[in-house]
Amino acid sequence: MAFKFPSDEWVKEFARQINSSKAYEESGKDWEGDWIFTVEADDAYPKAVYFFIGLYHGKVTDAALIESENAREAQYFMRGSFTTWRKTIEGKLDPIQGLMTRKFKLKGNLAKVLRYPRSAKELVNCVLRVPSEFPS
Amino acid sequence: MWNFVSPRIVFGEGALDALDELQGHRALVVTDINIVRLGLVDNVKAHLTKAGIDMHVFDQVESDPSVQTAYQGAQMAQDVQPDWIIGLGGGSPIDAAKAIWVLYERPDIEPAAIAPVGDLGLRKKARLITIPTTSGTGAEVTWAIVLTDTTEKRKMGLGHPENIADIAIVDPEMAAGMPPRLTADTGLDALVHAVEGYTCSWHTDLTDGLCLHAARLVFRYLPRAVSDDRDMEARERMHYAATCAGLGFGNAMASMAHAMGHSLGGAFHVPHGRAVALFLPYTIEFFSSQAPDRFAELAASAGFLNAGGEQGARQFAHQIRRLCHDIGNPNSVSEAGIDRKAYEEQLDKLADDAMNDTQMVTAVRTPSFEETRRLFLYAYDGRIVDF
Ligand SMILES: [Zn+2]
Repeated sequence: MAFKFPSDEWVKEFARQINSSKAYEESGKDWEGDWIFTVEADDAYPKAVYFFIGLYHGKVTDAALIESENAREAQYFMRGSFTTWRKTIEGKLDPIQGLMTRKFKLKGNLAKVLRYPRSAKELVNCVLRVPSEFPS
Repeated sequence: MWNFVSPRIVFGEGALDALDELQGHRALVVTDINIVRLGLVDNVKAHLTKAGIDMHVFDQVESDPSVQTAYQGAQMAQDVQPDWIIGLGGGSPIDAAKAIWVLYERPDIEPAAIAPVGDLGLRKKARLITIPTTSGTGAEVTWAIVLTDTTEKRKMGLGHPENIADIAIVDPEMAAGMPPRLTADTGLDALVHAVEGYTCSWHTDLTDGLCLHAARLVFRYLPRAVSDDRDMEARERMHYAATCAGLGFGNAMASMAHAMGHSLGGAFHVPHGRAVALFLPYTIEFFSSQAPDRFAELAASAGFLNAGGEQGARQFAHQIRRLCHDIGNPNSVSEAGIDRKAYEEQLDKLADDAMNDTQMVTAVRTPSFEETRRLFLYAYDGRIVDF
């Protein structure tokens, strides 16, 4: 079955994929820090959506669709338009290149994020494994 | 969407004359003590004097520059308040110059956080000129900065497109004094840039031609430049090959040989070009089962008959080993003179650092921790990769 993006079910499936990834467990074993992903409204989607993903020592502690960027505490924030997220989830955009060309914006301790390129890449691999469905 | 960034490149005989026309008041030359001894700083000074620019020198850059060195240079920049920063030397002084420039303009940023995200807002106080005195790193035309964290013995891949030089002065005369070992090590670095720039997952049509041509030039001219240091044609072509490869990989990415080379260099201080060239054939063999075609294309473009596909990629790995061997460079970590026991003790750290190197994200086949460890072991013994 496919999961509707963006939805609570979708982010929970993303979390399930991360928690079953040996490569993520290995590469994120020292990572401590929670994320909020913001899906900004654009021509393809009418309203902003916010996801919380708690990550601690190679596992997801909690994942949920939340009301706003301030609804939960987090140390890292990544924002991008619906279309940018869609391209990433479909494997058409490397999110690291997306960050470099400002399609994504990142807030948080950059020096720390830079220490974990491999776990970032593995998170991307996990997102690609979520069977996703998009509103037409 | 993607960007191709480049400085204005002044190249050829007499390129240093570009300094005569510079507008400004004070320049800080970032270099190392060896470049001072070779008289190359005086050479630059003569030109800056013509431009009416007051020159100050920070000559404390070591090979594999540390975070502390970048801070020291930035302190000197704060004292001198230059409107030009000039990186003069091999990759180390040029990378240090980039870091010093960023810290001078943005003292609020810690070096480990210089990343290609958001705005840096450079060029409010100074601009950057790069003048390479070796032929290989391509640092004159890239925005990459490699700094060593000496506490953790780890090389950090940093940089932001804004910290690319405004002007790169690529004058073969400035590299004419390189001894053969340095010619070999740095020239091989250019080859690895060309190969990884062409084969990494971020390559584009705008970078491919530069990488193909650079690889061709290295195979043709590097053996001549190493064996006869008076062969100015070979040296000149190698100088341009390095810049072409720099533009190529700098606008794509390097890959796994750089990740492994950085890791080894951080732990054992093997010269950068020697380390990355040593690992390149092993990484090609590792990639060859899944993504062989672009390696075979490179081989064909460099004039080597090959079978194409996986066999073609493996033949290309062999050609690279042969080139290294012919110019007196090691084909294995053991030949590079590293003690087996010390190496094995560091094996987990070597694998971990390589896997967390920023250049690893573009690898066309991602190795697991165990596979990375095995690659380091195969590279120690010089064994052909068979997994
Ligand atoms: Zn290099």
